[in-house]
Order: sequence, then structure tokens, then C-alpha cells
Amino acid sequence: MALFSKLFNKLRGGAFLTASDWQEIEESLIESDLGAAMTTRILEAARKTGASAEDSVINALRESLSTADRGISSFSDRPTTILVVGVNGTGKTTSTAKLAQILQKDGSKVLIAAADTFRAAATEQIQTWGQRLGIQVVAGKANGDPASVAFDGISRAKSENVNFYIVDTAGRLHTKQGLMDELGKIRRVVEKVSPVDEVLLVVDATTGQNGISQAKTFLEAVEVTGLILTKMDGSARGGIALAIESLTGVPIKFIGTGESIGDFAPFEAQSYIEGLISG
Amino acid sequence: MFDSLSSKFSKAFSALRTKGRIKSSDIDEVCSEIRSALIESDVALEVVNSFIDQIKGRSLEQLEDVNKGINPSQAIFTIINEELTTILGGSARRIRLAKKPPTVIMLAGLQGAGKTTLAGKLALYLKKQGNTPLLVASDLQRPNAVTQLQQVGAGVNVPVFAPEPGNGIGDPVAVAQAGLKFAQDKLHNIVIVDTAGRLGVDEELMKQAINIRDAVKPDEILFVVDAMIGQDAVRTAQAFLDGVGFDGVVLTKLDGDARGGAALSIVAKTDRPIMFVSTGEKSGDFDLFYPERMASRILGLGDIQTLAEQAKNAMDSETTEKLEKKFASGEDFTLDDFLSQLEAMKKMGSMSKLLGMLPGANSAAMKKQLESIDDNELVRTQAIVQSMTPLERHDPKVLNGSRRARIALGSGRKVSEVNNLVDRFTGAQKMMKQMRNGGGAPGLPKGMQLPQGVPSGNKSGNTSGNTPPKKKSRSGNPAKRAAEEA
Repeated sequence: MALFSKLFNKLRGGAFLTASDWQEIEESLIESDLGAAMTTRILEAARKTGASAEDSVINALRESLSTADRGISSFSDRPTTILVVGVNGTGKTTSTAKLAQILQKDGSKVLIAAADTFRAAATEQIQTWGQRLGIQVVAGKANGDPASVAFDGISRAKSENVNFYIVDTAGRLHTKQGLMDELGKIRRVVEKVSPVDEVLLVVDATTGQNGISQAKTFLEAVEVTGLILTKMDGSARGGIALAIESLTGVPIKFIGTGESIGDFAPFEAQSYIEGLISG
Repeated sequence: MFDSLSSKFSKAFSALRTKGRIKSSDIDEVCSEIRSALIESDVALEVVNSFIDQIKGRSLEQLEDVNKGINPSQAIFTIINEELTTILGGSARRIRLAKKPPTVIMLAGLQGAGKTTLAGKLALYLKKQGNTPLLVASDLQRPNAVTQLQQVGAGVNVPVFAPEPGNGIGDPVAVAQAGLKFAQDKLHNIVIVDTAGRLGVDEELMKQAINIRDAVKPDEILFVVDAMIGQDAVRTAQAFLDGVGFDGVVLTKLDGDARGGAALSIVAKTDRPIMFVSTGEKSGDFDLFYPERMASRILGLGDIQTLAEQAKNAMDSETTEKLEKKFASGEDFTLDDFLSQLEAMKKMGSMSKLLGMLPGANSAAMKKQLESIDDNELVRTQAIVQSMTPLERHDPKVLNGSRRARIALGSGRKVSEVNNLVDRFTGAQKMMKQMRNGGGAPGLPKGMQLPQGVPSGNKSGNTSGNTPPKKKSRSGNPAKRAAEEA
């Protein structure tokens, strides 16, 4: 890590880079899981500018960010519906609870649907969070139809004038067509009552290049509107999220940094990008 | 898994195959293809580089011998296969059972790697081998991890020791210790300790894992890692090795399309073998790790052994025996038997997953075929049979037009699909009869065995009086049929 900090200091100093410096940056970017293709693109863009080292690399990374809005839309006359989706074990349930908490802190009324009816004790997991936060959780039967839980929830959210309705879905590998269809069904069923405004894809910072394939498939199935990048408190730098954002235009909206409820914040470009290089 | 890796390797080799004599520049070219394939597959840079050096060195060293042989590209291929197998672990190691039971197995890993799910799969696997495992709930941190383990245990019928409710309450070290004591008292011969997920950089939690380890002195510590992990795999694996330490690796979520290059990195970096792989959401989706198989798979040689084993496991011996007896006693093969075969096939997993293990599954043509396979075909066929009465299943000859129409309605399929199934089934039944009577495949002299896949001509002089099938029947195997129709 010391190597990267040193490298980063060099960038900060604005010194010109030697060939071996460039190679070091390349390795650093690959090791952040940005991917070989994206790394090549960033380096090409950086070299072209001919500006100082810091500006060129940081700017190239910054320019690959999406210009899309990173906020969560809200409405006065109906609930904002948010689906939380992703592959197994990325932290969907924890993220759902954290997201509910920051929305609640702003004075909004939040309702959660425990639509992960598949994994053992997933419903109990989100119910525990609900109790801790004082947020209502709509649940169904274990191994029941997740779409029906989501439907019950939206009906209730509407009648109780809830501001934000968050649906926690089961983890699913994007390669399982049946499970991806199920996600589409959840969306359609909810939309019979009220529009789905946000679909947040939860991506684990340790994810490698497979993240691209995940994002593409989820995007196709349910029109993802934002990313939640989790487990950023570990040694992984989460470069895959920028690769996804740059490729699909879907912006990173939140960053998860731990197991406590407060370890969650809106995406902040500067610290994220510096993290990619400095490690 | 290793999908794109495989196709890159395939590409590199098809270029090589066209050459009669291999020059050192050809080897450079192949190596650079393989290098980029490995990087794209999340293999750590340092591991990639040393692997490439090894291959290059050995190939150049043996270039003389290679070119003397009948097939030079095959020789290079063998070198790569061997090196890959060596990195992946040489030969697989089994769980070491303690001389004095119980054997203690501790699971450790990052959050979300799949430890709790794996605990259940491992318990089921060990139970099937005649052991009496006990699961111990030492993840007291994640909300309802204890409840999850209890449900997982109930699902595989393995007792769970969970004295503490979790959700932040209770001491995981004390639970592990009490679990071990409980197992000794109740004569469980294996204890599986599920622990909380933790980051490699979290010193406090790593200390907790060390305390659990020191309290129960595990015979095996298994590092559970997600096959989708990227470059961080090396850092995290090293942190766990330096922290709690581990003896073996379990690779989870291998049923996705992750290339899983991290597996190579972890093994190369930590020198610990991958012992098991987890390949799906069902409790039986679990297998030993075979480096040779994985290497073959990476190189696009297919994974025939796994396929054969899955078939054996799925067709439980009882069903097979019943069928054999029936066959020998001269009874007809009925639609009920057909149904139980279908169920066995379903147990083996999706057709595309199965066929993906075949050699050449990574070629573009085969991939296209695989994509067009409809795994629901089995379900549909099953629905048709299930919509028949016992009489109809026993004697399909009674199936007249109105019965067929009723079955179509009942199963939600078209009448033509019902007809199709009945035709196929009658054909199969006829063939089985002929085999029994004639002692061999139809159209062949008595006692003569036909290797699979060889079409049989209808030889004259055949005395068994068999008539060749009137029309070309469609294969019941969706892949075969697609090929027939193509």
C-alpha cells in the first residue's frame, strides 16, 4: 500500500511521469478491479492531455463518471418505490436497512417489504432491522411468492401515505433466467399499483470483472437506476463500480462502509477516485 | 466458470493446431493470448506472470521433443494442462478426520461469501458419508444468522447447536467451545463451526476468529470465498492466512458465469488447496474440487467425470434396481417409469448446465446450441405425463383422440405435443422390447453390443424379425433433437 501512497503523492506533486510510473499506475488501476480495457482507456486519455500528472489521471477517471443524477426521487402525492436487487451475498438486506434509516432521518415515512422469501431467515433478518429502526416491515410466508409480498407492501404504502417504499429482494445469480424473470414480475406487479422509481443494484466492492456481466443482465431485466457499492471498508477498492458506471451510465448512488447502520453515505466522487489510485 | 478463459485458450490453440512445426515465436504468441485471458479472468498479475514464465520455459525447453512428436500443438497443450493442474493444487485433498473424534471444521471468510449456506451443504455431504455432524452457530453478529443456520440445518436434517440468539448477543468463542463439548457428549463425530463474516483488515474481528480457533482447535479451517471476487482475493486470502490461518479453500457461487480466476491466485499465493466447490442454491449443489477436472475445463476439454458422477447420484439405486428388475422380468417400460426417469434427470440440474460440461462446450457452435436449450422442456413433458390417468400411463395404446385432447387441456400443452411425446415413448418402448428379445440393439445380430453414438444399419440375415422404425423419430434429448433438426 505504501507504494500506492507514494505514487499518489507523486501525482499530487504534479511531477511528470516516467514510463515506469505509468506502468505503476496501470498496475494500480488493474488491481482496483477497474478492468484491463477500462484501464487502457483511462491511461490513453490521461496521456493525451499532456497536463500535469495529477490532473491527467484524476481527470480521466473523473470524466468516465456518469452525469446522471445521484439522488433519490421523491413525490408528494405517492410513495417513491425502490427495488433493491443483486447477486447473493453482496449486502442487499443490510443496505436496505441503512437506506431506510437515512430516508427516515430526513423525516420521511418508510415501509420495507421482505421480498426475499427464498434464503433461510432473510425475512427475520430484515424484520430485526425494522424493529431496531422502528420501521414497519411487510412480510409473507417462507418460500412464498415474492411478488405477492411486494404487492401487499405497495398497496399498504399507498393507503398509509408512506413516502418511501423499499423492496428487499432475494439474491440471485444473473445467469439464472428463471430468477431474473421473477424480478421482472415483482416490478410489473408493483407497477399495477404505483410506479417503480428506483432500482438499486447492490455491488460488492470485492467483485471482479464479473460485475460487468451482473450489471448488464440486471439492467436488461429491471432497468437499474443506480448502484450501491458495499464493503468499501475492506481492502478492496471497488474499481468495478466505476467500470460499470462508465459502461452503462448507471451512477453509483451510495457507498456502504461497514456493518453498523450508520456506515452508509451518498457517493462522493473525490474520495472514491483518490481511493482507486492510492489504495 | 472460466468461460472466457476457455474460449481464449481455444482460440490460441486453434491457431497453433494448423501448424505442423512450432517455432518459438508461436509460443510467444500463444503465451500472450493466455496472459490476457488470465488477467481478464481476475487472476492476480503476479500469478499470471509466473504462470506464463513457467509455460514458456517448459515449452521452449521441450521444443525439440515437441516437434519430433506426431502432434506438436497437442504436446504444448499438455504442458499447459499440467502446469495449470499443478497450480490448481496438484491432487485434491480430502477432509482430514481427527484420530480422536470429533473432527472440528471451522469456516471463515468475508461477509456474503456463503459460509452459512455452505455449512449446511458440507454437513449434508458429510452425513451422506455416514458421519453424524453437528452445526454450531457462532455467527452472533449478522441479524438472524443463527436463525438462518437453524433453518439450513433443519433443511438437511442435521442438528444445530445454537444456545445464543445472536444479533449481537452472546459470545461466539463460548458458543464454539460449548458446541464442541455438546458434540463430545452426544457423540457427534464432526463439528462444523459457522463464524461471522469479517474483513481481512478488521483486526478486532480477526482476533475473535483467532480466539474461536484457539478454543476449539479445529482440524480443518476452511476459507470460504466467492468465485466472483476480483483482484482483492490475494490480499484478503493473505490477511486470513496471516490472521486466523486456514488449511483449505471452498469456492462458492460457481454456478454463475464468473471466470473464477481468483481461485488460481489464492492457491498460488497461499499454497492451500481448494477442497470443495459450491455450485447452486440447493443443498446438494456441492462437490469436491478436482484440479485435473478444473484444468481440463479451463482448457475446453469438458468435465465428463463430474457429469457421470452426477448422473449416478441422481438415479438413486432403488429406482435403477426397480427398472432393471422390471426390464428383466419382461414387463413393459411404462410412462410411470419414464416419469421417474424424468425426475432423476431434473435432479441432475439444468440441461444446459449438464451439457456445458461436455467437451467442446465452449466452441461457438456448441454455445449456440446450449443457449437454445429450453430447460422447461422437462417440466412440460412431465406435466403431460402427469395429466394422464394410471391406465393411460400403463398402456398408452388406449390414448384415443379425445383422451389426448383432455391431456393437452390438463397439461396446458398442444395436442400435437402430446402426440409427439406418445410417439417418442412408443418408439422407446419398442426399442427396449427388441433389446430384451434380441439381446442387443435392434438390427444387430444377437449378443452384439453397439458402442454408443454409432448408427446401426439394418443388416440382412437378422433373424430376430425386427422391423426398422417406420419414420425417423425425434430425439427426446433436446440437445440431440436440436442437432437433428439443424
